[in-house]
Amino acid sequence: MTVTMEDYSGLVPAWCSGCGNFGILAAVKKALVELNIDPHDLLLVSGIGQAGKLPHYTRGNVFNSLHGRPVPPAVAAKLCNRDLKVIAFSGDGDGYGEGGNHFIHAARRNHDITYLVHDNQIYGLTKGQTSPTSDFGFVTKTTPQGAPPPFNPLSIAIAAGATFVARSFAGDLDHLSQMIKEGINHKGFALIDILQPCVSFNHKNTHAWYKERVYRLDGDRSYRPIDKFAAFQKAQEWGEKIPIGVFYREEKPTYESEFPWLEKGTLVSSPIEPIKAEKLLAEFF
Amino acid sequence: MTAEINFMVGGEAGQGVQSVGLLLAKALARWGYRVYADQDYESRVRGGHNFFRIRASDVPVEAVKESVDILIALNKESIDLHRREIRDGGVIIYDGEKVPGLTGNDLFSVPFDRLGREAGDAVMANTVALGAALGLIGYDFSLLNELLTGFFSGETGAKNVKAADAGYQTVKMFGGGRLKMTRAGDTKRMLLNGNEAMAVGAIAAGCKFMSAYPMTPTTAIMEYLAAHAAEFGLVVVPAEDEISAMNMTVGAGFTGVRAMTATSGGGFCLMVEGLGLAGITETPVVVVEGQRPGPAIGLPTRTEQGDLEFILHASHGEFPRVVFAPGNVEDSFDLMVKAFNLAEKYQIPVLIITDHNLANSYFTTEKFDLSKVTVDRGILYDKNKSTGEYKRYAYTESGISPRAFPGDRNALVVADSDEHDEAGHLIEDAETRTRMMDKRFKKMEDLKKEMVPPKIYGGENAETLLIGWGSTCGVIRESAGILNKAGGNYAHLHLTQIWPFPADTVAERMKKARQTYVIENNFTGQLAGLIREQTGLASVSILKYDGRPFTPDIILRELRKQR
Repeated sequence: MTVTMEDYSGLVPAWCSGCGNFGILAAVKKALVELNIDPHDLLLVSGIGQAGKLPHYTRGNVFNSLHGRPVPPAVAAKLCNRDLKVIAFSGDGDGYGEGGNHFIHAARRNHDITYLVHDNQIYGLTKGQTSPTSDFGFVTKTTPQGAPPPFNPLSIAIAAGATFVARSFAGDLDHLSQMIKEGINHKGFALIDILQPCVSFNHKNTHAWYKERVYRLDGDRSYRPIDKFAAFQKAQEWGEKIPIGVFYREEKPTYESEFPWLEKGTLVSSPIEPIKAEKLLAEFF
Repeated sequence: MTAEINFMVGGEAGQGVQSVGLLLAKALARWGYRVYADQDYESRVRGGHNFFRIRASDVPVEAVKESVDILIALNKESIDLHRREIRDGGVIIYDGEKVPGLTGNDLFSVPFDRLGREAGDAVMANTVALGAALGLIGYDFSLLNELLTGFFSGETGAKNVKAADAGYQTVKMFGGGRLKMTRAGDTKRMLLNGNEAMAVGAIAAGCKFMSAYPMTPTTAIMEYLAAHAAEFGLVVVPAEDEISAMNMTVGAGFTGVRAMTATSGGGFCLMVEGLGLAGITETPVVVVEGQRPGPAIGLPTRTEQGDLEFILHASHGEFPRVVFAPGNVEDSFDLMVKAFNLAEKYQIPVLIITDHNLANSYFTTEKFDLSKVTVDRGILYDKNKSTGEYKRYAYTESGISPRAFPGDRNALVVADSDEHDEAGHLIEDAETRTRMMDKRFKKMEDLKKEMVPPKIYGGENAETLLIGWGSTCGVIRESAGILNKAGGNYAHLHLTQIWPFPADTVAERMKKARQTYVIENNFTGQLAGLIREQTGLASVSILKYDGRPFTPDIILRELRKQR
């Protein structure tokens, strides 16, 4: 079958008009249609925050989890049913604050999922408090004296062992959908940090602010995303110029491949046969 | 006349207290005895003082006794600490060459260390001790030989037989057979602990996914499943923390796989938000909580029943759940199987509350009958029997919505931690919220019909009723038995299902008795409080919160104080 945009039309979003999330939603749909993925083969797992609502605004199997917890159910679902394409959606508070530990360890274990983090450098749903990625000195309701230094998701992902590390911008539909496609096609843990303007609460890192600064890494022929140290160095670049694109890419065995018996079939399809446990009893006599 | 013997093995961590204890228990089980054994150890890898108590009887026993017939002392400290527990005529087997200068009729020196070295390695000193202990009761050496060669492979097995023989012969030469026992029968029984019974139960029930973080006392469940993962096609994920473990388990349950986690109270603290996620998303999960004394780190390697109220109310908000509390290894196996069935049939979290005492204590039991294990996966979605698009939370008479699994060609499965509509999309309106709460709690009606009834020992006309829950089953039953033998009129009611609460049965029996005592390993009398809440009936609490299990002697002493 050929998948069309119609297959991915969902409920009407409850986001603010002009929200960066619209760009992300459009890019996700574009990527899924271009990859011709049937919504029945797709599992969208999300956390809480405005990003967490995205799966409701398109179609697919959906598990809308807790704040900061999209990664654990997503990786478990992939282990249980490797036929599913699993995409986890998170935000800078959800994924880098609440869910920081899951992020690090899922990257380390190299689960075969795609992780999209809507990074607007502010807490939107709770109306304008500092986030782990707020710029240094950024004044918010909870940081009247200015925010502490930010969390760098890309360098942390690289250090933790993620095998696909990218950044894109919600205002660049083609680039973002291209990154998402590459992330989905990548075998292993794929992080895409997405710069997302928040029109209501972040009046510093605006659409125009990002637009002025972002430049595409693939335009720089000397940069090859296979050198971990170069990638780490590139991930430090932030300010006047902000690189977007694939920072790092590596082929490594996935966590799923540690269980070779999953090759024979999914856990979901494996039968339940209590009598087979009989052989366990001998050692207790 | 009952034939019974009580052993204690004492030593420091690393001396092999556990392996001698387990081998001794196994040897007695193979001799036809009913065996119960518990372990007392410190939270350290080497040193300290540990002991392993083994009670063997020709009638069923599920508790330890305070008085010891034979103490196998692997160091001096064991003698210092436990000598007063030796009954008149009892024996301490120890290494007089390593611990010189002691005198007394109860002492029997066997040079464990030297004989171990002579057999090939000083490390086998504990096997010498094992041989000596079994020599003292006139155990059949060929059975010991078989046991050791089965336990240790190859050359190590042969060396251990040599070491055991050296101990056995020493005792025989110098007045062996002082505490002579004979074979109790030919019935073959399993010997296993609560953790092992639960792990086997989980595999039998078709658990395919487990994610957990190691925590005493349930780590062994995770290790057992991991060890058998390849053979049974399971996935066991050692998670970065308990938050992740619980949320992974929920994710696995959502995909249609039988999934579980296991932890202790501290880890469960981190899991409770995820438990609520299972509640509102109606995702089947099984959670084992092995209690140890808290709060915080508490006493990591000790026992307590302090988490009952916590488990009953864990998570914010309200949702239906089932709480089981196995009383022995058979319950641990049976309730694990039942937990997976109820979790899927009712699409709810099922909690199994155990404790350090049950998790690590060994019981003999009849062989588990796997042909009796049934699998009930509940109502599954069938396109041919339904109209329109699949709705994960469709309203039904029973409150149970047919389940579909992601990947189904005819259904898209949408689950949400927000309050949601039938299709699984988030809502905010009051009407849908009310209907969804009603739908979820509707399931409790049918759940109550599947309740595991309390175990009741003793007649309807008993004057005094003893009530307990979970791991204290054996010790309370034995106490009631002793009191009845002495002319008392006692009954024992034991709860292995805590929620839904069997209020009618409990109230009926309490009303018939003149006095009810609720016996619990906690400070605040949590079950007594629950009984009062659910039945309006008062009781007197007998409590113990020192981190150690009850013994019949303790219960009898406490009851005497009450009179």
